Amino acid sequence: MKLLKLVPADTNIKFLKLRVPFFVISMLLIAASWAAVWTQGLNYGVDFAGGQEVQMTFEQLDQAPVAELRQSVAGLGYGTPVVQEFGAPNIVSIRVPLPEEAEETDGAADKIGDEVIALIQSQYDGVSTEANNTVSGKVAGEFRSDAVLALALAMLGVAMYIWIRFEWQFGVGALFALFHDVSLTLGLFAVFQLEFSLQIIAAILAIIGYSLNDTIVVYDRIRENLKKFRKMPLPELLDLSVNETLARTVMTSLTLLVALLPLLLFGPASLFGLVLAITVGLFVGTYSSVYLAAPILIWLGVTSDSFVPQETEADIQERKARSEGQARPATPAK
Amino acid sequence: MLDFPLWKKIMLWVVTLTAGLMALPSLVGAGGGDWPDALPEPTVNLGLDLAGGSHLLLEAEADAVGAQRLQNMEEAVRQAMRNAEPRIRIGDISTADGELSFMLSEASDIDRARGLLEPMMQGQNLVREWDLSVRDGQRMVLKPTDSGTENAINDAMESATEVVRRRIDELGTREPTIIRQGETRIVVQVPGLDDPEALKELLGQTAQLEFKLVDQNALPTNVQAGIAPPGSQIFPYASGTDFEGQSIAVRRLGGIRGDRLTGATAGVDPQTNENVVNIQFDVQGGTRFCTLTRQNVNKPFAIILDEEVLSAPNINEPICGGSAQISGSFNADSANNLAISLRSGALPVPLTVIEERTVSAELGADSIQRGLLAMLIGSLAVIVLMIATYGRFGIYATIALVLNVLMLLGIMAFANSTLTLPGIAGFVLTIGAAVDANVLINERIREERKRGRKVISAVENGYKEASRAIYDANITNFISACLLGFFGSGPIRGFAVVLIIGLFTSVFTALPLTRMWVAGWLRKTRPNDINV
Repeated sequence: MKLLKLVPADTNIKFLKLRVPFFVISMLLIAASWAAVWTQGLNYGVDFAGGQEVQMTFEQLDQAPVAELRQSVAGLGYGTPVVQEFGAPNIVSIRVPLPEEAEETDGAADKIGDEVIALIQSQYDGVSTEANNTVSGKVAGEFRSDAVLALALAMLGVAMYIWIRFEWQFGVGALFALFHDVSLTLGLFAVFQLEFSLQIIAAILAIIGYSLNDTIVVYDRIRENLKKFRKMPLPELLDLSVNETLARTVMTSLTLLVALLPLLLFGPASLFGLVLAITVGLFVGTYSSVYLAAPILIWLGVTSDSFVPQETEADIQERKARSEGQARPATPAK
Repeated sequence: MLDFPLWKKIMLWVVTLTAGLMALPSLVGAGGGDWPDALPEPTVNLGLDLAGGSHLLLEAEADAVGAQRLQNMEEAVRQAMRNAEPRIRIGDISTADGELSFMLSEASDIDRARGLLEPMMQGQNLVREWDLSVRDGQRMVLKPTDSGTENAINDAMESATEVVRRRIDELGTREPTIIRQGETRIVVQVPGLDDPEALKELLGQTAQLEFKLVDQNALPTNVQAGIAPPGSQIFPYASGTDFEGQSIAVRRLGGIRGDRLTGATAGVDPQTNENVVNIQFDVQGGTRFCTLTRQNVNKPFAIILDEEVLSAPNINEPICGGSAQISGSFNADSANNLAISLRSGALPVPLTVIEERTVSAELGADSIQRGLLAMLIGSLAVIVLMIATYGRFGIYATIALVLNVLMLLGIMAFANSTLTLPGIAGFVLTIGAAVDANVLINERIREERKRGRKVISAVENGYKEASRAIYDANITNFISACLLGFFGSGPIRGFAVVLIIGLFTSVFTALPLTRMWVAGWLRKTRPNDINV
């Protein structure tokens, strides 16, 4: 049987030649992402903004009256609701933000939720509530701070691990690549104003874990080659390592992608954001492993010596003692 | 590498099959009558987002516990001072700023007062619950200690959880989960409950029933302005009652609390045709109620529920039968709710819903169906890709993948874990990432072969050299998944659980298991070349 070879054997692509332009592009993308997050803001879902989210099916209609709903729910006086189709034309998701002054009042979110449901059920027949999420301002605040903490700890935790297993330069490189991946994912959610919920945090943490897989594979090979080719210039060695592991990098990303795509296309509507974030993170992560995590090692000054144990004082003395011992006339074997 | 001792083989298969077998009940739906006893029974729990149901997060107002405690202490202090021989006169009692303070009329009483109060400062297990100090020579100050407050909140939360459980049981819902979370929170999960309104109403009622004497000396204008005469407090009438919008002044002390009940039932008063709640006191409560009513015949007393007055009837005659009737413009539902609440006991502290998530059973079933379909297509795509790329080694990876999913499901069932909607995404992610290890190994074998190594040595090196990166990658995944599990809540934690268990099972099936199969095949056929 002829086996499939997605990446031809012995590729020799000069990835590192373009390291500066790609690095500049990456930096610009990171800056643009944060600018988007800063100016546009993230479209916080009910988890982080607090308030009320209700998903309703209009059983007697083919098409839910989205515009009318927006108006009538706005009439309750809690600000402009977000009303959108959710998975099917007659299913809508309605999100009412929590008024700022109500953020600290316990039970306020719950009250708004009950009002919204009662209003819609009084105006339309055959409406069933599929899902109803109410989050108070206090809980939403906790979710926000927990999310930031979890992301920061996860990035630092894995970077520490890489530092321990490799060298500090590798830890910094991995951390930078992760920062890039997380920034771009956030940027995407800001630019397209996709709903940013707890699930997206879960997705980003998964990205932190999985985008690092590729980085580790490349780093592992760099370390191996650093020990093997002591005299090779670093850019050349990095290119060699990336090329040698290219088939792996492509294949592992591809298996993940083909597993995720059906979930993105046919999966439950409420998982869409999570799967989308992971899929995007997959591409971004593969790119950053090759174009950020590897070249950064040059700038951080990794050398072959990084993996050759340094001689300690004791080693030097031992070596001296040994050479002295050899200088003495060998005692005849008995 | 070809030597796989028999014990190792047996061990690998025993682990695989045991964990895989645990998945069986979840797959075919165990628990039915004809399920053989010998087979394992635990199945994976479905989270509320898949099974449908209601999740409520309740928070207690911890401040209310402190306030109640101060009030109780005030009564105890008054009584202790009154009963002292000779009586110790006190005045200017204040419970402001979270402390109880009062003036002694005679500064010389200070040592006697201290002697009486000192034993009251100690809680159970010799924990000091109050600090006693003297200010300006004549003012005694009682301040709750941190550990005292903590104990009080702890006790209140424990009994609140119990009361919540009893109330939900009264609703007759199936298998509710009621867990105390953190210091002041209670999680309530009721599978299959689509409309939690009734539940929320039931839990929103503290059901603190009090009978207090009306202060007839209070000036009506002062009462409406909210100014209470000394020794009295003002309560508003409950909405829906005849005097809605008005308030009434009642004496702070000398009333009784309706917490000594043996029963409460909703009914209709045959004379007025009004919805009422009939309550039965226990012996002690009945005696106290009898005394209160006998001493105050022809005076009005207020029936107060959760700081709102239901009614303030006149006491026409002593009520000594141990039962009483409460009316207050109830409808049939609210009378029934109150009866349930009174039966299950008052909540020691008010609870508010701070998070609610409800999913209908239909939506849950739809999610499962779509999730499973996507998982199936995804798995097939991964399998096709692996076999097309690695041939025989891809088939080994495929078998490992299937066993991996079974083991993951089996371990989740055994550990009684909950599968949530994000958990399904976790399954898919695990499927896509589990074969990564095989990809790394197989690519390495390809590379070693290309460098001219013999088959066996290439395979051996492939496993050895690839496992370093495999372990590193899985450990970093483990770190971030653990943080997710730690900080995430509910459904998100379900995602982390699947990822974490999946990391272990996938390393197990991708490394030792496929290695055993490859070794077995190499030993049997001793090929000169391998197609990888």
